[in-house]
Amino acid sequence: MSDTSTPLVEVRDVHKRFPLPSSFLSSARPKVHALNGVSITVQRGEAFCLVGESGCGKTTLGRTVIGLEKPTRGEVHYGGQRVDTLDDTARKPIRQHMQMIFQNPYASLNPRMTVQQILEEPLRFHCPELNATDISETVNEVMTSVGNDPAWGQRYPHEFSGGQRQRISIARALMVSPEFIVADEPISALDVSIQAQVLNVLMDAQAQRGLTYLFITHDLSVVEHFGTRVAVMYLGTVCELTKTKDLFATPRHPYTQLLLSAIPRMDGQAFKHQPIPGEVPSPVNLPSGCVFHGRCPHANDRCRTEVPLLNSTKSTAQVACHAVEEGRI
Amino acid sequence: MSDTTQSAPGPLSRLLASDIFYRFRRDPVAIVSATIVLLFVLAAALAPLIAPQNPYDLTQLDIMDSEVPPFWQEQGDPRFLLGSDHQGRDMLSTILYGTGLSLIIGVFAVLLQAFLGVSIGLIAGYNGGRIDAFFMRLADIQLSLSTLMIAIIALAVFQAAFGSELYQDLAIIMLILVIGIAEWPQYARTVRASVLAERSKEYVDAARVIGLPRSRIMIRHILPNTLSPVLVISTVQVAEAIIAEASLSFLGLGMPVTQPSLGSLIRSGFEYIFSGSWWITIIPSIVLVVLILALNLLGDWLRDALNPRLYSRR
Repeated sequence: MSDTSTPLVEVRDVHKRFPLPSSFLSSARPKVHALNGVSITVQRGEAFCLVGESGCGKTTLGRTVIGLEKPTRGEVHYGGQRVDTLDDTARKPIRQHMQMIFQNPYASLNPRMTVQQILEEPLRFHCPELNATDISETVNEVMTSVGNDPAWGQRYPHEFSGGQRQRISIARALMVSPEFIVADEPISALDVSIQAQVLNVLMDAQAQRGLTYLFITHDLSVVEHFGTRVAVMYLGTVCELTKTKDLFATPRHPYTQLLLSAIPRMDGQAFKHQPIPGEVPSPVNLPSGCVFHGRCPHANDRCRTEVPLLNSTKSTAQVACHAVEEGRI
Repeated sequence: MSDTTQSAPGPLSRLLASDIFYRFRRDPVAIVSATIVLLFVLAAALAPLIAPQNPYDLTQLDIMDSEVPPFWQEQGDPRFLLGSDHQGRDMLSTILYGTGLSLIIGVFAVLLQAFLGVSIGLIAGYNGGRIDAFFMRLADIQLSLSTLMIAIIALAVFQAAFGSELYQDLAIIMLILVIGIAEWPQYARTVRASVLAERSKEYVDAARVIGLPRSRIMIRHILPNTLSPVLVISTVQVAEAIIAEASLSFLGLGMPVTQPSLGSLIRSGFEYIFSGSWWITIIPSIVLVVLILALNLLGDWLRDALNPRLYSRR
């Protein structure tokens, strides 16, 4: 798998709908449109960030990529192989390459298992040929590499703080030596003083093990610090996909521009944030055309009827916006 | 692991240091009821050793000793501390053996209930959808029929179909089966509710990301986190099962007169209560009430101790 031209992960036009509970007598079958035709590619070795506000579908996308959700439509490819249709047996070798780190370190560790058991489980399942000494050596090595004391093994998760637990959770993901990790807001539940520490653990692991990240976050400063490329999501669609530097230097999509203007500045200049008018539309009844048209200052009739596609512009940035395409902004 | 002795305490010392044990030591009601239950269990288990007479051995019985009052009454006989029944059986021995029978039926019926209920609740809760709907409607239907009604019909049909001869031999197994099968919805509903809460937690997602098979996720990850409510209802369910057995025996559908449980003792003495032999009924009744009360108090305490929301009510 040394071919660098094929992307490690490719998501093609993925749709995901969740049915809402409905009365069995009524004919209406409301659905939440969590993802609407999302296509992204993650290259080997990069830290691909997904940003967006709550409920924009970024976690659903991460869960679809890792295989916790099946896409309603579309395809997920890993290393050139389609994975979303595989059954459990066929998927097992691929699962060893992809792992996930969860948002809430208080819920992501089984309270009835010791740290040692939690860490050994993935290795025992994926590499049954290893003997007990090998396994405990790997546990020690991984625990040390994430900054944990290997002697914690016999203790239970409730004995640790949030940051310690999140490092145990990272260690669990690293146990099977994965090449790709989906990190679902791994630092948003932590204290600010711990966030940087956990972020450093993630970056060290990337440097040492050559990991590829799909990093889901709503914190733009983390994206700026961490990401190589970034996709901005709004209401289940990607509205802009570009290199991190370009995004912060020259945001193209109107939503990205408004999002970036919301970052507080410390350089003494006046705070130029223009609040976005209106509310995020309901994902149950999607607006026609561009999902952002109701709140966009540049919207015209075309935006209200035709869904914009993620098009490459002159630079490397991909923007889903009629106004950018027509050169109106 | 250089300091395993420090970081890995044995199960006993972990229990002694646990929060539950601390709360247990501070609660006199819990200590008293646990002691009573333990005494009953010990007395029943050691009945063949400590009972003055084997009530199942007809050669030890003498009809001339029938209806001897307890020792503190005028016609009392020191051989029969709590008197004797109409067949000349020593009440103390019969109660010891009967308590054992009642406890065995109660415990095994609850084990059967728990096995059925926990399995069904786990499968229904984890899989959801049609499987869940099917089992829960089945539970609704079964709960709408009372346990006693199901038991009476089943036992009466069995007795009529196979004759009372065979029934007497199989009475214990039949009672365990009937009471065990009739009460599974209690467990299934409790476990299902916990499973629904646990299933959406991230540690279950983490196990799915690893790729563990469903059965392993259910048994190894979800089940241990749903067991504390199961433990709480189990003590109360043992009491319920003993009551159910006693009621069935009292109605003549439970243990036969030759192998009396507490319920059939109460029943057999009931006919003599107006002729003045009150002890044949009253003493086993007191034993039954004390046993049930102790079990229920223990269950209440366990529920409070395992529920973090009630911590303030010390």
